[in-house]
Amino acid sequence: MAFFNVKALAVATATSAAALFSTAAQAVEIEYWQYFFDARVQAMETLIENFQEANPDITVKMTHFPYADYRTKVAAAIPAGEGPDVVQLFYGWLNDYVAADLIQPLPADVFPASQIDEEFFPMVQAMKDGDAYWALPTAVRSLALFYNERLLEEAGVEPPTTLDEMIAAAKAMTKRDGAGNLTQVGMTAGMTAQDHHWWREGLIRQFGGEPYVDDYQTVNYNNEAGLEALNFYSSLFTGDDAVTAIGFMDEPQAAFKAGRAGMHIDGSFRIGSLNNTRGLKWGVTELPATADGTRSNYSSYWVNAITTKAEGEKYDAAVKFMDYITSDEAMQIWLDVVGELPAKPSVGLTEENSSDPVFGPFIKGLAYANTTKFANESGQRQLMVEMVERMTLQGMSAEESLAIAAEAEQKILDEYYNSASN
Amino acid sequence: MYRNLTIRQKQIVWAWAFLAIPILFYGVIRFYPTGNAILISFQEWNLLGDRTWTGFDNYHKLFADPVFWKVFKNTFVYLLLGTPISLVISFVIAYHLDKTRFMHGFLRMLYFLPFMTSAVAMAWVWRWFYQPVPVGLFNNALASIGIPQFPFLQSTTWALPSVLAPAVWAGLGFQVIIFMAGLRAIPRSYYEAARIDGVSSWTVLWEITLPLLKPTIVFIVVFSSIGFLRIFDHVFNMTTNNPGGPLNSTKPLVLMIYETAFSAFDMGYAAAQTVVLFLVLLVVSLIQLRILRDS
Repeated sequence: MAFFNVKALAVATATSAAALFSTAAQAVEIEYWQYFFDARVQAMETLIENFQEANPDITVKMTHFPYADYRTKVAAAIPAGEGPDVVQLFYGWLNDYVAADLIQPLPADVFPASQIDEEFFPMVQAMKDGDAYWALPTAVRSLALFYNERLLEEAGVEPPTTLDEMIAAAKAMTKRDGAGNLTQVGMTAGMTAQDHHWWREGLIRQFGGEPYVDDYQTVNYNNEAGLEALNFYSSLFTGDDAVTAIGFMDEPQAAFKAGRAGMHIDGSFRIGSLNNTRGLKWGVTELPATADGTRSNYSSYWVNAITTKAEGEKYDAAVKFMDYITSDEAMQIWLDVVGELPAKPSVGLTEENSSDPVFGPFIKGLAYANTTKFANESGQRQLMVEMVERMTLQGMSAEESLAIAAEAEQKILDEYYNSASN
Repeated sequence: MYRNLTIRQKQIVWAWAFLAIPILFYGVIRFYPTGNAILISFQEWNLLGDRTWTGFDNYHKLFADPVFWKVFKNTFVYLLLGTPISLVISFVIAYHLDKTRFMHGFLRMLYFLPFMTSAVAMAWVWRWFYQPVPVGLFNNALASIGIPQFPFLQSTTWALPSVLAPAVWAGLGFQVIIFMAGLRAIPRSYYEAARIDGVSSWTVLWEITLPLLKPTIVFIVVFSSIGFLRIFDHVFNMTTNNPGGPLNSTKPLVLMIYETAFSAFDMGYAAAQTVVLFLVLLVVSLIQLRILRDS
């Protein structure tokens, strides 16, 4: 048995020698978990197939759960020792998993930090702690402005490149009935969808601010830039010349899919469902810049990590699997099948990918994207929703509502970071 | 040893042997988690790491939280509006349905149908009814006759009644059936005696029907109160994007517990809220039983 372990180690370190030993080595089975989304499962099946072909001594078993249960299931299973060896996590959950000792850092010999810093898009560095990376993504997502080609044509406007052009285009596409009720909106709005990301990491930065300081532990938008960003955002749905309404057709993406909204800001993960919408002719462009050309975007991603459950030969197999699913080849497969963007510029910024009419705007957005480190994403989003509601439903001034939101968000951050350090 | 027992003792042994299964079952899936929840309410736990003892911190935080008091008030508004309204409507329907012979079965089926419908499906259909123009059925009707739109779910005042209405409607069928069973159980001889005495139908209702329906009313009040205090699926599905919104105006306690536990992953705080809900349910049920039982 001792002899066998030495051999297994040799397999892990000398990848090229793997083929020689594979016939002698016993098959190792490792488990991989992710949430269920048809395209993601399909892409992962392809990746597993390729990986197993190259490493016949390893089998990877994939298990998936509905998205709604995923976080709870993973959280319950790993501490109980029932979990996977390699697990997919949302980047925002990482701190909790590190603190609870449920995942282990990636080995520096296979994943040297300096090389990753260089090869991956910079926002991935949120996963770095000292000299080690805790986890790595296969793919990342960013925001862009979707537009309805028919409505643009009908109104005689071009896809906007600046915020002013966006407002002008939205005005041209807004329609009301005789009583003044909106029947078609120039663009969608709603902090419940992706707009809270656009406001935080897009608009605030474009208006000269920085939404958080101190490594996202301190709220920094209760100031001139934050107020300007909020006033710009609320001008979309307040006043007589509003180009949209919160809750129009229930959900922003529903209004856009139904062809009742001219423009819609959303993530790259929406591409698939828009492609399946019959009769919708849509295009996509980068998030509009300010008049002086400032752009900013938000990026989020799911990462893969090795759990503390993986030990010995399973650990070695898990490392190899991680190495493959963060390779250039895997990223291209993920882009082609799922439509999520490669996490490395070497794959993303190829001529073919960045000039792609659909993926191009998202990939270009990655170059100037920031990733918010959330303590409680839905809780923090809720504060943005309420910030707008206080203005629209209770007539509160933007200054006051902004101050309340900033204070409440700081409270969430303080509670989170204070208890995490205990 | 078993042989030496008396028949009576043998009966007891057998009774306990059969009772052991449900007792064990309840102990494991009901009482153990309940006790555990009370324990967690004194701890801090994010589901991943270790539990740490924090004493009454979660309760202090709860009573200082303005959202909790707002939610607490909402929960009682659901109860105080929902229970009497559904009680009166279901009694009126049952009283008249009981006297109707024409298409009796069909009408009863119509009233019972919403109770059998999935709450989730129903909540989504009503959510779309309530939408502003151009999607919402109600607002489209209003707009077509020139009346301004009504902000059903987009108003801090009207959102709660708008969410409550389908919940009342959904529970009606069950209450109607229970009331009708109660009405049928009243002996006909009382009514015959009243008719011989020439009493008005109003007096019959007040002096015979309602007093004799008391056990039925107690049951329905307690049952529907617990239901309204635990309201969740209608609210959650009608406001999924902004759960309990706008501005927490529709959020009941159960939804707050759900969010604290499964989006904030603050299990200790959620457990403290659960303990409060448990105490509220206990107190409200005891008060109702007391008031409605003796007279």
